[in-house]
Amino acid sequence: MANHGVSALDRAFAALSDPTRRAMLVRLEEEDELTVSDLGRPLTIKLPTVLKHLDVLSAAGLVSRVKHGRTVKVRLAPDPLKAAMDWLNRYERFWTLGLDRLVEIAEAKEREVREREARAAVAPEGDA
Amino acid sequence: MSSLTLVRQILARPSTVFDLLSTAEGLTSWWGPDDFPVLSAEADVRVGGRYRVRFRTIDGEEHECSGEFLEVEPPVRIAMSWEWTSGGVPEERGAVSRLELRVRATDTGSELTLVHAELHNRASKLSHRRGWGGALDKFRARMSVEPKRRTMTTDFDVTETGDARG
Repeated sequence: MANHGVSALDRAFAALSDPTRRAMLVRLEEEDELTVSDLGRPLTIKLPTVLKHLDVLSAAGLVSRVKHGRTVKVRLAPDPLKAAMDWLNRYERFWTLGLDRLVEIAEAKEREVREREARAAVAPEGDA
Repeated sequence: MSSLTLVRQILARPSTVFDLLSTAEGLTSWWGPDDFPVLSAEADVRVGGRYRVRFRTIDGEEHECSGEFLEVEPPVRIAMSWEWTSGGVPEERGAVSRLELRVRATDTGSELTLVHAELHNRASKLSHRRGWGGALDKFRARMSVEPKRRTMTTDFDVTETGDARG
């Protein structure tokens, strides 16, 4: 089971602790790419505050900024988030495949039992 | 601490499902995180009885978990303590979590609910300490589309353990 860098994970979680930054990430997930001012607009916060939040998000590796001439566009970079999820989801992975197998096996057993019951019903006095 | 809940709809009667949860042979047939086989399984199914399951993962490592049956109520409920006795999740070594499996009869067969609770992994501590909740679930929901018969939830309990401060 892979061990991701703890400090990177710490930074990702710290960045995600703020509701404004979470709102920014959710929008970036929907919009793919946004300018800094577009990103700030629905949040009714001033540009310097937007930039401050963006600094935290980029330091955590959650967003990337690309310069197009005089505008800066912001994109989601979900790798650290994915690492955080992988960590949290170890048990989910552990159980998910197991339970899928359990479902298959239980349903196969059930079909066998039902066939036996059907045969018994057809020939209740039978020698099967 | 955190917990994980998984639910499956199964086209089989509760007793068929319960047999797979409460016998060594049953557990051996499905247990484990990938297609590699369970190496050995023992289960003394009664309250206070112990179980032990040893399995190999795709990376070749061997893992063993064991514990004690806490509740045995055929065919509706079985609960056990859970501890890694070798391999497993490093940050969970020495910690005891709780596994509960509930079976409910439905029109089409059974609904199986698995709750793995009292998990102590670092990510759950961090997320709790940082006051971070729903964003993870939202991202996860978007990144993985679960088929209808399967549902999954993760909870962050309000109870905290030792080193995690608010």
